[in-house]
Amino acid sequence: MKAIWIMAGLTLREAARRKILWTALVAGALLLTVFAVAMHLQVMEFQGRAMSPFVRYQVEAGMLMIGLYTCDLLAVVLTILTSIDTLAGEISSGTIHAIATKPIARWQILVGKFLGFVGMISAYVVVTFYATIWVAYATTGVLPQHPVRGLLLVVFECVLALSLTFMFGTWFSTLTNGVMVLGLQGVAFMGGWLEQVSGFSQSVHIVTLGIVSSLLMPGESLWRRAAYEMQTPLAGSLSFSPFANVSIPSLTAVAYAAVYLGLALAVALYHFNQRDL
Amino acid sequence: MTASTDFAIETHALHKVFGPQVAVRSLTLAVPRGEIFGFLGPNGAGKSTSIKMLLGLVRPTAGTALVLGAPVGDVEVRRHIGFLPEDFRFYEWLTATELVRLHGRLCGMTAAQLRTRVPDVLDLVGLTPHRHRTLRGFSKGMLQRIGLAQALVHEPQLIFLDEPTSGLDPMGRRMVRDILRAERDRGATVFLNSHLLSEIEVTCDRVAFIRDGEVVATRDLGTGWQDETRVVVHARHVSNDAMAGLAQWTSAPQLDGDQLQFSVSAESVLPDVVRHLVQTGADVFRVTPERLSLEEVFVTLMGEDRGL
Repeated sequence: MKAIWIMAGLTLREAARRKILWTALVAGALLLTVFAVAMHLQVMEFQGRAMSPFVRYQVEAGMLMIGLYTCDLLAVVLTILTSIDTLAGEISSGTIHAIATKPIARWQILVGKFLGFVGMISAYVVVTFYATIWVAYATTGVLPQHPVRGLLLVVFECVLALSLTFMFGTWFSTLTNGVMVLGLQGVAFMGGWLEQVSGFSQSVHIVTLGIVSSLLMPGESLWRRAAYEMQTPLAGSLSFSPFANVSIPSLTAVAYAAVYLGLALAVALYHFNQRDL
Repeated sequence: MTASTDFAIETHALHKVFGPQVAVRSLTLAVPRGEIFGFLGPNGAGKSTSIKMLLGLVRPTAGTALVLGAPVGDVEVRRHIGFLPEDFRFYEWLTATELVRLHGRLCGMTAAQLRTRVPDVLDLVGLTPHRHRTLRGFSKGMLQRIGLAQALVHEPQLIFLDEPTSGLDPMGRRMVRDILRAERDRGATVFLNSHLLSEIEVTCDRVAFIRDGEVVATRDLGTGWQDETRVVVHARHVSNDAMAGLAQWTSAPQLDGDQLQFSVSAESVLPDVVRHLVQTGADVFRVTPERLSLEEVFVTLMGEDRGL
């Protein structure tokens, strides 16, 4: 077990010393600044006209969801960009040779790295999520309905993407790995929209296509479930967007994503254990 | 503790195929404990793949191998193995001290052991003044040195070194030579893969020559290897039977007109060779033996450069 924590600690230390994490934090800070200015301007604008507090609250809650959605996107992109190289790059460069010949099993290397990334990404999501919520609360007094559930689902979505970069990383080069995971992320995005459309459309084919896309990559379903958990009850009926749900992923969809993650990780472990290095 | 056998490494018909390509054909090898063992062969002969199989990085397609008495791939036995890969690469954002500490920790060393051993091993490879620098700024020679330090930090019983002196200046090579001898004197076995035959010649106790994934010859450099002799024979009427019969003393005799060339492991076999030639109908005019350097032995065994 000690080897797993050594590898996890090494991964965290690498994240702290490489530029990408700090770049992502700067991007997060920039997002927060823009978000804070936008919220402030909106509050100023609302003060200039008579508006029902109820409608005002719903609009501000909608803006909060935009901020949280941007956090979600940044976190998923950070997850993919930081982790695509960790196995693929070390295998192709031979860096893994000096590690894999130490008295530790290969699964311990993989699990250690995986946990290191989970720690780093969780910290990033917690910081950016709660900073966004704090900005919204400080400027407008708006709070999400179930922030912890939403946060956990977003972390889950990131870990799902992480399991894919690990799985493909045991087979393919860094570049191919990145293209494949981002491609699947695109499929998930499309699946999410199609399922939203299916809330209005009568076309069985669109519904089916949306479900198949979400089965191929259930990441976006997790965000939509997170959005459902965090938004005000009325927000879902106000608009048609990724920040408010017409079609709400069920708990079965969340369970499916958990099985998907487990399988991807199991395949990664099996293949990393079997392959030549 | 590792299982006690006389050999640090024993392989039998180890075989590795990558798709249509045979990387290692039938590697049968026995490396005695406490020796510096040189592993020689041209580029693409299968040396690195063989080392990777012995370290459990690559799975053999067929054959068996024992390393320190345990089957290859055994995780626990790796506690007693050190490895310097060819073109050693590591996380360039670590400092020299952090890197060696990390490898020591992965080998199960305690914090107390690391506190004394890490400075010692950095001093051994001449990196004490650079111990707080990150690897990003290291030259190739310095990376070789830090690679050697991580391979030695846990005082292994068996050390695999893949081209340890590439990138090193003459002082660095001498340092490596001295370290390897010290490791052998400590009781460790060193498995050395190198192209630098002059280094092998002065460092190794025994060498194996590998060609096309197969061991074609071994030499004990400790005792009488200088008896390796190239022989030029001027003779007429050398029959096919005579050439075939030479196989009991030499592997690749070459006949060009009246000139027959081959090498033998010792001059003492020459009377038997001449007797064989005469008995098979050859007229022998002159026999000229020449002592061979390791490089000449290598070229004789491997043949001329066939390109890549």
